[in-house]
Amino acid sequence: MIPDLTRRGFLTRSTLVGCSAAASPLLTRVSFAAAPWDTRLVVIILRGGMDALDVVRPHGDPDYAGARKRLLRPEDPVIDLDGFYALHPALQPLLPLWRAGELGAVQAVATPYRDKRSHFDGQDLLEAGSMGLGDVAGGWLNRAMGQVPGVSARTGFALGHGEMKLLAGDTSVTDWYPDTALLLSPQAALLAEQMMAEDPLFHGAYAQAMALMGDGQEGEAGADGPAKGHRSRVSEHVNIANYAAEQLRGEARVVGFSLNGWDTHRAQTKGLTRALKRLSQTILTLKRELGAPVWGKTVVLAMTEFGRTVRQNGTGGTDHGTGGALLFAGGAVRGGQVLGDWPGLQESALLDRRDLMPTADLRAYVAGVLQGVAGLDRSTLERTVFPGLDMGGQTGLLL
Amino acid sequence: MRYSPELAAIRFGCGLSPIVPPPRSVSDLLDGLTGPDEMARTYPIEPFDRYQDRMIDLAALWKAFRKAKGDEAKGKLRDQIDATRNQARRDASVWFAHTLMRWTDTRTGLRERLAFFWADHFTARGKNGAIRYSSLPYLEQAIRPKMTGYFSDLLISVTTHPLMLQYLDQAYSVGPDSPIARKRPGRGLNENLAREVLELHTMGVDGAYTQADIRALAELFAGLSYDWAGGFRYRADFAQPGGETVLGQAYGGAQATLSPVLEFLRDLSVHPDTARHIARKMVVHFVSDQPDPDLVAHVARRYRESDGHLLTVYGALLEHPAAWQPALMNVKPPADFVASACRALHVRPDRLDLDRPGRLRRRIGQPLTRMGQPWLSPDGPDGWPEEDTAWITPQGLASRISWAMNRPRQLVDDLPDPRRFQWDALGSYAPASVRFAAQAAETRAEGVGLVLASPTFQRR
Repeated sequence: MIPDLTRRGFLTRSTLVGCSAAASPLLTRVSFAAAPWDTRLVVIILRGGMDALDVVRPHGDPDYAGARKRLLRPEDPVIDLDGFYALHPALQPLLPLWRAGELGAVQAVATPYRDKRSHFDGQDLLEAGSMGLGDVAGGWLNRAMGQVPGVSARTGFALGHGEMKLLAGDTSVTDWYPDTALLLSPQAALLAEQMMAEDPLFHGAYAQAMALMGDGQEGEAGADGPAKGHRSRVSEHVNIANYAAEQLRGEARVVGFSLNGWDTHRAQTKGLTRALKRLSQTILTLKRELGAPVWGKTVVLAMTEFGRTVRQNGTGGTDHGTGGALLFAGGAVRGGQVLGDWPGLQESALLDRRDLMPTADLRAYVAGVLQGVAGLDRSTLERTVFPGLDMGGQTGLLL
Repeated sequence: MRYSPELAAIRFGCGLSPIVPPPRSVSDLLDGLTGPDEMARTYPIEPFDRYQDRMIDLAALWKAFRKAKGDEAKGKLRDQIDATRNQARRDASVWFAHTLMRWTDTRTGLRERLAFFWADHFTARGKNGAIRYSSLPYLEQAIRPKMTGYFSDLLISVTTHPLMLQYLDQAYSVGPDSPIARKRPGRGLNENLAREVLELHTMGVDGAYTQADIRALAELFAGLSYDWAGGFRYRADFAQPGGETVLGQAYGGAQATLSPVLEFLRDLSVHPDTARHIARKMVVHFVSDQPDPDLVAHVARRYRESDGHLLTVYGALLEHPAAWQPALMNVKPPADFVASACRALHVRPDRLDLDRPGRLRRRIGQPLTRMGQPWLSPDGPDGWPEEDTAWITPQGLASRISWAMNRPRQLVDDLPDPRRFQWDALGSYAPASVRFAAQAAETRAEGVGLVLASPTFQRR
């Protein structure tokens, strides 16, 4: 029997569970059905608004250098990619991936979000995947998973301390932060189970936590301190990437997490370098820990709520903009190319005379990936996963 | 749905206490707010203007360090810099403990709750160096004494505060045609503060403002700056010459002065969108994530009628029957959960080890991070989420349960009998399952832990 480890399944069965915590099927290792598909998808939300024009630099555009005088330091190396675009120096460690066709970008894309340039609404729409805020419930990645038979709560993982609306919704996924410890005596677990059973929100979370604790974390941690293993000594993003890889080597197929620190209003050269270092460490950790065979079947998408103003602002940074970039990596992508229609940077080509003009809907590229990864058809993608989207032609992002 | 002292303490206060009685009536709740701030006296937190002295000292030390010749002289100054910074860190830990003690001992729980509410609404943090430890001094001076007057005064207080001007990058924003920009090309506007004042602090993202308003407001704000010696400072040489039209109104003129900025903030504070945004946020925070529309409308109406007089606004919230829905609703955020647990346990200051920041960090600080709410460190200026689902995730709940099971025994000399403690913490709200758990637990620590871990204790 395959236990139904979804939140709903748990709730309907809750009277059966908890007669003895030790005997609970949630606390023992169980084998699951084969995962519903083979390709791995990692979605990283870059919160704060990544400055696409500084990360994938259109140095071949005649108006670029003039708009960015203080952001382009003469001492920095120019890492030319294709004669038109160059890579930010902090992404130098990812250059071998670009050369191997495992790293690429799409320039001048955006979600349908316009005008107010709020981080929070921008992120909500990026994660909802709809035309407007409040159009749909839950996140697009959750809805996409809901379309595939055979998805279990261990197919999708939302990692980290913060919220991941991207993966919220009707389909059960696992919310987790690696290193969480919960050690309860059997008696306390039984009593807790009875208390939690009266409150659906608490009960669902409790059941998942207890199930995850069954995964061999016992003994790693004392009290509520972090595990004393190697993980606690590495930084949070590397820790998450390690854990993501561990899950993706197993039955997980979808992982989502966030990297913060992209809101570079001031002293951007410093702030963006730090953020990009975290991003490149994350990608390199995934590659190393997944191992060549699984990395070869992996797609990493890094996306942000909006790009930033074309012109640097008055404090060595950039303000909230519109058109931005989607970064992609992995062994299953057609890297070594910057996709997207370049709109140009002359003032008449800008949106509201300030932002990079989006020339495509970011969601079309993501939909193309979901089509390839999970086999979703076009009408499902355009109606259910990304309502209101016109996918257009092939995006050419996947191998 | 009417007033209940127990519910008043749980929903609008810091929770139940075995020592301090709950407020007897709505007027008792409100009167406390206008009375003397006993908790601020008993558990002091350094106000920001005194904290500034540390920044002045540090600036002088750095200056001397840069000028110093030789390794020995430099090393000595470096040690002094480190010592000054470490002292600030240690003091900030004491203020953290004092915050918990205020929650534990107060008779006016609503004041502590409002302090958290407005601290979150006006989130500001230090970004580099010793200014990072100044969040509580900022709250103590810019927010706490101004919570019962007019919203306009509170808004002006935070919008002109050095910590906010630093956090949202305003202090270096200069008008594109300002004297300083003409001298130093490349310097110009930064619209961060202008945007967040409209989006987060006043009208809300659905408010009737446009990108053009943000730009004009950024020009109007140019000049808001600070230095450590004097604190807030209006710099006419940063200001954009001429007037600005924001939200259809003209502000300022030939002379660059602060007064049109203040005039704008006062107008903004009574804008109907601001009334609606503040009313809704307050109802969501204090009552439910799915706010009763009548209650929101009622609070917003009183806000408009009183020109944003906050004590009147709180009264509107508390006088409405929908605020007294007896079932507990919102989940406490982690800091409120831990602080209300300290109150239920009647933790004493000596057990918070005021002289040992490492202990407080291990017992409270790090667990809060694991629960998803690193102390005073939200990711962005929008502060912490209100939605219950943001907190009750598997990792969030597991970390709460772990804390409840393991930490209380380190915070009190003797753990209470769980059968009594369920009454201390929950009163008549304790459901049968919790009463049963309290007497069936194998140890005191588990019994106490289960009471604190119960959904009933975690909601309000």
